[in-house]
Amino acid sequence: MSTTTLEYRAADAAATGTLFRFATAGSVDDGKSTLVGRLLHDSKAILADQLEAVARTSTERGFGGGAGGLDLALLTDGLRAEREQGITIDVAYRYFATDRRSFILADCPGHVQYTRNTVTGASTADAVVVLVDARKGVLEQTRRHLSVLSLLRTAHVVVAVNKIDLVGYARQVFEEIEADVLGAAAGLGIDGARVVPVSALVGDNIVLRSDLTPWYTGPTLLELLETLPTQEETTDADLPFRFPVQTVLRPQGALAPGLDADAFRDYRAYAGQVASGSISVGDDVTVLTAGQEPRTTTIAGIDTADGPLPAAAAPASVALRLADEFDISRGDTILAGPVPAAHREFTARLCWLSDTPLRAGTRVLVKHGTATTRGIVTAVTGRLDLDSFATGPADTLGLNDIGTVGLKVSAPLPVEAYAANRRAGALLVIGPQDGNTLAAGLVVGGGTP
Amino acid sequence: MTVTQELANAPAGPHPTTAPRQVLDALEAESIHILREVVAEFDRPAMLFSGGKDSVVMLHLAAKAFWPGRVPFPLLHVDTGHNFPEVLEFRDQTVERLGLRLEVASVQDYIDSGELSERADGTRNPLQTTPLLDAIAGHRFDAVFGGGRRDEDKARAKERILSLRDEFGQWDPRNQRPELWNLYNGRHPVGHHVRAFPISNWTELDIWRYIEREAIALPGIYYAHEREVFTRDGMWRAVGEFSEPTAAEEVVRRTVRYRTVGDMSCTGAVLSDAGTVTDVVAEVAASTLTERGATRADDRISEAAMEDRKKDGYF
Ligand SMILES: Nc1nc2c(ncn2[C@@H]2O[C@H](COP(=O)(O)OP(=O)(O)OP(=O)(O)O)[C@@H](O)[C@H]2O)c(=O)[nH]1
Repeated sequence: MSTTTLEYRAADAAATGTLFRFATAGSVDDGKSTLVGRLLHDSKAILADQLEAVARTSTERGFGGGAGGLDLALLTDGLRAEREQGITIDVAYRYFATDRRSFILADCPGHVQYTRNTVTGASTADAVVVLVDARKGVLEQTRRHLSVLSLLRTAHVVVAVNKIDLVGYARQVFEEIEADVLGAAAGLGIDGARVVPVSALVGDNIVLRSDLTPWYTGPTLLELLETLPTQEETTDADLPFRFPVQTVLRPQGALAPGLDADAFRDYRAYAGQVASGSISVGDDVTVLTAGQEPRTTTIAGIDTADGPLPAAAAPASVALRLADEFDISRGDTILAGPVPAAHREFTARLCWLSDTPLRAGTRVLVKHGTATTRGIVTAVTGRLDLDSFATGPADTLGLNDIGTVGLKVSAPLPVEAYAANRRAGALLVIGPQDGNTLAAGLVVGGGTP
Repeated sequence: MTVTQELANAPAGPHPTTAPRQVLDALEAESIHILREVVAEFDRPAMLFSGGKDSVVMLHLAAKAFWPGRVPFPLLHVDTGHNFPEVLEFRDQTVERLGLRLEVASVQDYIDSGELSERADGTRNPLQTTPLLDAIAGHRFDAVFGGGRRDEDKARAKERILSLRDEFGQWDPRNQRPELWNLYNGRHPVGHHVRAFPISNWTELDIWRYIEREAIALPGIYYAHEREVFTRDGMWRAVGEFSEPTAAEEVVRRTVRYRTVGDMSCTGAVLSDAGTVTDVVAEVAASTLTERGATRADDRISEAAMEDRKKDGYF
């Protein structure tokens, strides 16, 4: 391998760095497992005993390629069935760190269940790395991945044009694919997609800059991952404060040992994680309870076990004390700024994740924030064609379909458009009988479709 | 009017809307969120607590999540009968300090009654599953917190934060629910239960950094101390009631510490001078072996050892 001698070591970003979540997506055999293995290997996240196991299996299987005969894909193929079949079945999570950041990587397999896996991985990711085989260019599956990322409003889309070694490190091949990718992304409303020429097998431009692509002056894949801003800094920046109440902290009688019972006699605070925005002590807030008029009060305190805070921002977990004694419980929302309407009927896009097809009339449970309520799918009005990104007519949704439906819920929910606020527009659709997660829901707007 | 239109003209809030996502703060916030979700949605949660560092950190997070209230669930320990006495003592002190209830499921009781029999290799870790499942059923726990981390093992890397188990405690890796955003779905049929892993996303180094930052007390065996040891299967084993050297195994005194504190009969020590948490953080950051690879005989049995035990209801 010919690369410059930039040295990374297994670093401890935990000391000062930030946490960054990303996911990988790609078609079968684009080299995703190899790419993930390469990232982990070159950032020194792989320890000696793991490498030893990989080397042993590589030799047993007669793996010949680069990197001294190491099949880096083996680092990530976790389950026995996967190792036996040589394919990746389920989303796996990986961890590595550099001096700047700690990374959580959701490795999402690209075949059969690709929509389910990509939606799952992308739902928590700050960035998604989509693989394209340099010999094949942008495929139908690439467009589908990009469509899903567009719907989910992933903050950063990074396209790794892999196997660049197999096209002789040809600049022209890369530039044609780059133009295709950027064209497809723009057509889907994805701004600022990044395209990087890489060879996962050889290691070009993954962690170390390659001498074989002198025509590429952009960052390596890892450099991008180390510097891209987080979701809170991009898609979720400048959003108003949203705080779904998880539970009420009212410790009378069950105070933690060592605390003064008198000081906490009337203590009452609302525990939750800031979903978006931020709040300070003294700010005006509105409390939304299903079926009641919005109530307004002010923040009297922001508590943590480490002491009170003057302010809190997403994604902090805190407990809020309010100036007025309201009756508030799990499922209510505390928020600031303009008050979203609560809707009993609304339109949503569903990524259908169940084998049983969805039809109008299906009874479901809907989880939004910390509220779970009964619901019914009033209509299935369209199915998204991931190739053309156009919605065509449909009256059912099958596994891995994305479609538009009308939902009616038993208690009004303060749902917001996913396009405006990812957290306040996200839903789970759950089967009332078996409790299975049937769909990921993205709210389009109030009213029926 | 769509919701988008309703909010289109909303002015941006007066505050900065981002907090720097410092690693330990972000992990702590996520774990507290998970702990609160599970306690709010389940009737009878419990937490597995062994006195090992991961369960100690998990319990510390629970104490923070429900402050100023007491941790609102009992603890459960599956005692193999081969535990380090120092760890059991630490376990009991911690339970008392936090004013909690501890349920102990004893592998020894099962062996004494003949329901389980000792394995040829003397390892008792795989024997924990039956007492664990019986305790869960007996106490009708519907959610059990475990301190598993996804960085520990390839099979764990695929584990969900909320993991559904049937009556037999079985994990079906091919039939897991997708986990989307931070919306957890804990619905389960009667008789089934859920294992919840609030520290799934922490690495070993994160755990140690957090122990350092929060000044969390741990059993002394995590820090360098002198001990009589012998080598077996390439690992340093403590000389003790449950791990006796054979005549061929030479006993020496060494300065060691433990990276995990499982069953004495299958947990190895590492040679180390790391006497303080700061030393340990430095040592873990520079380590070239995984925690389990270095010290757990039970995971060395085969590449799929953990996966097989998990399918059978192990944590
Ligand atoms: N020449 C070359 N081969 C590569 C490169 N990356 C991956 N490969 C090879 O392409 C094949 C497929 O790679 P994998 O990493 O297993 O593919 P995958 O996309 O993860 O496939 P799944 O595991 O089924 O999701 C393997 O034979 C790799 O060795 C590359 O950059 N250059």
